[in-house]
Amino acid sequence: MTASPLIRLTGITKIYGQGQALFQALKGIELTVEAGDFVAIMGPSGSGKSTAMNILGCLDTPSEGSYQFQGVAVETMDRNQRALVRRHFLGFVFQGFNLLARTTALENVELPLIYRGQKAVLRHAAARAALEQVGLKGWEQHTPAELSGGQQQRVAIARAIVTRPAVLLADEPTGNLDTKTSEEIMELLCTLNREQGITVLMVTHEPDMARYAKRIVRFVDGQVESDHANGRAA
Amino acid sequence: MLWNTLLLAVRAIRRNLMRSFLTILGVVIGVAAVITMVTLGNGATRSVSDQIASMGSNLIMVVPGQRFGPGSGGAANFKNADAQAIRSQIPSAEWVAPMSSKSATAVYQANNWSTVIYGSNNDYFPAGNWELAAGRDFADNEERSGKAVCVIGETVREKLFGRQNPVGSQIRIKQFSCEVIGLLKSKGQSAMGHDQDDVVVMPLRTVQRRLAGSQDVNRLMVSVRDSAAIDAVKKQLSLLMRERRAIGENEDDDFRVMDTRQIAEALTSTTKILTLLLGAVAAVSLLVGGIGIMNIMLVSVTERTREIGIRLAIGALEREVLLQFLIEAVVLSSIGGVTGLVLAMVASIALSSLMGIPYLFDPGINLLAFLFSAAIGVLFGFFPARRAARLNPIDALRHE
Ligand SMILES: Nc1ncnc2c1ncn2[C@@H]1O[C@H](COP(=O)(O)OP(=O)(O)O)[C@@H](O)[C@H]1O
Ligand SMILES: [Mg+2]
Repeated sequence: MTASPLIRLTGITKIYGQGQALFQALKGIELTVEAGDFVAIMGPSGSGKSTAMNILGCLDTPSEGSYQFQGVAVETMDRNQRALVRRHFLGFVFQGFNLLARTTALENVELPLIYRGQKAVLRHAAARAALEQVGLKGWEQHTPAELSGGQQQRVAIARAIVTRPAVLLADEPTGNLDTKTSEEIMELLCTLNREQGITVLMVTHEPDMARYAKRIVRFVDGQVESDHANGRAA
Repeated sequence: MLWNTLLLAVRAIRRNLMRSFLTILGVVIGVAAVITMVTLGNGATRSVSDQIASMGSNLIMVVPGQRFGPGSGGAANFKNADAQAIRSQIPSAEWVAPMSSKSATAVYQANNWSTVIYGSNNDYFPAGNWELAAGRDFADNEERSGKAVCVIGETVREKLFGRQNPVGSQIRIKQFSCEVIGLLKSKGQSAMGHDQDDVVVMPLRTVQRRLAGSQDVNRLMVSVRDSAAIDAVKKQLSLLMRERRAIGENEDDDFRVMDTRQIAEALTSTTKILTLLLGAVAAVSLLVGGIGIMNIMLVSVTERTREIGIRLAIGALEREVLLQFLIEAVVLSSIGGVTGLVLAMVASIALSSLMGIPYLFDPGINLLAFLFSAAIGVLFGFFPARRAARLNPIDALRHE
């Protein structure tokens, strides 16, 4: 009996709206991701990358098809069970950061641990460690408004990894950042993948960013057009 | 879970200080206004009934016309002889005081004070529950000849004489001077701005001759020895007055006979309307406070929906988010409610003493106002959150 892969999508479709406005954003996605992989999802705008990421991140549900996470069917779970999958296994990084406003970096990073019911002492230590890991030591008491875009994204990454998730999902994490900052963020993701064994799934439409990945999946028109190892990756 | 959620709620309150403050303010306004208004209304009502109680319970008033209050509506006034007839024909009537009143200014040296002059007889004092603090009441010959003597109330004494003993001094009223022969014991301030001690009493004839210029009597005050006899005496008074005023079989009375209870009803009905009005004003403040809270909550609904999206995305359960918002709303409403209760108590005590009415703590209205405002706070804090928490996390995050 072979161990089930970390993630397996089979025949995933997503339909938005109904009647005249009906739109099929995903037309049967097949995707398997093994633990420890670093996958870049590329493709033109509107090809369904974000839609697929949201389904992978259990933030949205597919219209049809099956999503197996560590061999467990996610599509049959209820809201609370999906929330628990997010809580215990997933970390999500958004293009728009999505930090709580007027809340310090430390409190933002602590948040997932509060929902995990961790004790305050452990929580503070873990949050500080995560901030240090993303290079924000000394910025713990700053609110998002007092941080640059790159710093905010680092806080968001710290928040996503503070729980030591199995998978880090990032939807265009560098979309709002300049090139230099983007490269720093990509280095960070590589390090997390390499040193902590966190599986990374990342959407980007910039080839410069995709070259950090081990594997590139190309979406076109709601379908996987190509899926191959990254030539550069050693 | 509860402890952690409490922590989250407190953090949310802290980082939205303005919104939290405005919510609390809305609740404070609602609670304080309602409680203060109703408490003042209750105090005013109590004050009126106290005042009526001080009139004595065995009192009957006979007034010309069909309504209570100033003006007789064209009906003829009474005469001195009416009082004499009552005294001789109704033995249960203990005191019979015919009354004629006139407003006038009393002057003593450089001081003057505009007051009401009552003309009556010595029955006026026991019937009206008055006692003398100094001096004496009228002598027979003073009543008969209409001599210029008077008994004054505490307020008049204070305005004209200060702390001096007035007995034996002469005060001037209109064109005549009048000797003060007695000082009434203070009855104190009453509701509705009426100062019972602001009074000058003279023999009836004196007022009729020197102030009114007629033999009219505006009112007959009759007190009954035994309160069980009140209804019987009222009936006898009514029959006697009909006979004396020659009212035909089928004609209605052109006078009214009222006992203390009826006077009380007439007076308290006014304060009840006042209380009702105050209550209406208060209800409006409650509504304004509620709309304020609603407005704040709706303005922040986009930000809060996205916040809920973030919380759900990082693994919060729907019920954890809901509990957080519920705690937040309850904490804010409770702070507002308690502040409102305290503010209402301070304001009610201050205003009652300013208005000279008793302060009556009414637990019912305190509880009601608190619960109602708290309910508004919770309602508008909690229900928008409930809607957001039921969304797919991604839809909550995308909310615009
Ligand atoms: N909530 C939605 N309602 C309706 N249509 C949507 C919604 N989200 C995405 N779409 C549509 O689905 C398609 C794929 O969107 P998306 O996954 O965001 O593309 P990508 O991230 O690859 O640019 C787009 O054409 C978009 O208009
Ligand atoms: Mg996208």
